[in-house]
Amino acid sequence: MPDAAAEVPTQRPVVYRGGGFAPSPRRWVGFAVFFILVFLAEWGTRSGWISALTLPRPSDVLETFQSLYATGLLFKHLGPSLSRLFMGALVGVTSGVALGVLIGLFSYVRAGMVPLVAAIFPIPKIALLPLFVIWFGIGEGSKYALIAFGTFTPTVVATYGAVDNVDRTLIRMGQSFGLSWFSIVRKIVLPGAMPGILSGLRISLAIAIILLVAAEMLGAEFGIGAYILEAGALYDLERLFAGVVILSILGVLVSAAVGFVEHRLLGWRV
Amino acid sequence: MDIQVDSVSHFYGSTEVLRNVSVEIPTGRIVCLVGPSGCGKSTLLRFIGGLERPSEGEIFQLGDPPEGSLNPLTYVFQHFALLPWRTVRDNISLVLEDHGIRGAASDSIIGDVLARTKLSDFAGALPKQLSGGMKQRVAIARALAVKPAVMLMDEPLSALDAQTRELLMDDLVGLWSRQPFTAVYVTHNLAEAVRLGHRVVVLSRRPGRVRKVIEIDTELANRTTGDAGLEMVQRQLWNLMRDEARAADEELVDA
Repeated sequence: MPDAAAEVPTQRPVVYRGGGFAPSPRRWVGFAVFFILVFLAEWGTRSGWISALTLPRPSDVLETFQSLYATGLLFKHLGPSLSRLFMGALVGVTSGVALGVLIGLFSYVRAGMVPLVAAIFPIPKIALLPLFVIWFGIGEGSKYALIAFGTFTPTVVATYGAVDNVDRTLIRMGQSFGLSWFSIVRKIVLPGAMPGILSGLRISLAIAIILLVAAEMLGAEFGIGAYILEAGALYDLERLFAGVVILSILGVLVSAAVGFVEHRLLGWRV
Repeated sequence: MDIQVDSVSHFYGSTEVLRNVSVEIPTGRIVCLVGPSGCGKSTLLRFIGGLERPSEGEIFQLGDPPEGSLNPLTYVFQHFALLPWRTVRDNISLVLEDHGIRGAASDSIIGDVLARTKLSDFAGALPKQLSGGMKQRVAIARALAVKPAVMLMDEPLSALDAQTRELLMDDLVGLWSRQPFTAVYVTHNLAEAVRLGHRVVVLSRRPGRVRKVIEIDTELANRTTGDAGLEMVQRQLWNLMRDEARAADEELVDA
């Protein structure tokens, strides 16, 4: 085709179709979304198209929060809540990690405990609160137990999954250099399982906050749960929301704390 | 200390992997095991190091390991097996800690092996910061730290690119020339076998049997690329293996 050869071929750039699928940090977007939502609520309640019964005015919630702080009631409620959260989660997470590691290491423990954990996991722990009250009393004991029990099962599942995922060639390496069993567990298995354990911790601690409120709604004089329950009973939406905001902040702080620990401990990850 | 593999056979379930394999590994020599994929050469290496037990036959150590050898049978793995959360220095100290070597004694051993593998400047680096070739040099340094009687190298260069492989082969030859060590070197790369092996053991495809043992007398340091004698050995090896490799390649993988 002599004619075609003489013709100059049309020139056009290759269409770009790569990129995407790579999340990158966008620092202020989260705050922007939050502020827009609060602003909409404020504007709506002020201009009247959201009635006061539907949603409290954000500025009123803030005011309630301030008076809560000024009267010292905030810490009276927050103190017991934080200690319950800390004690319960500490017991639940440590025993959960311990059992998870044992399941990961020993076939008999795995065969015996995995079905049991699977049976316990789906039980809503709140349903067992009356039982815990009988076992551990109406005081702090039953609240610790509820939170501990609730964080225990997800921690177990996350931990033994993490131990299962430790690179076996690293364990063979340890054996080939004559490391003792205990050294292999301490220096290879546990650090190798740490990423999985920490991501399990995020879930367990969120569950701990949920259970904390549930426990405090039943027989507690002080605590964020008690505060929210009381406000709810009186249909005092400002106070209800002030309580909910405290819980949200707590959740964000716990997640940030886990993130910080991850950053410190898992800097070696590629 | 010599190693003697005495008529080893092995089965995985009903699959026969090795059939009556006998190999001698003399002190101070590098013995290469070559064979098509799936011929059981890595399995044989795990037997020699005591990480697995053969169905039949036995592995013997002849003589005692040299004085001061902390871990007589020491592996170098294909994928390095470095702990990603430990620095280069701590990866080496890992294998010393369990022998009660800490502090100054440990530092002097680590300093020595890092110098021998030209890694002194990277003692504080994490594995993720290192290239593949550097990682394998760290793994070799770690193996040297326990003063092995026999190094068991499982395709140590197979995960590396061709240039890095050349460099590391030079490094290995340099290490051996300065201080001869005993090694069993598993590879499917005939150029590596011809370059590093004093003795090359050719295994057949599964079930692996010893097809031929070839001795190469040229000094390691004098083996250069393009050496006519070595080329001939390599061609001879390939002629032995070609049909086996093709047949092995066409076998269905029995999962």
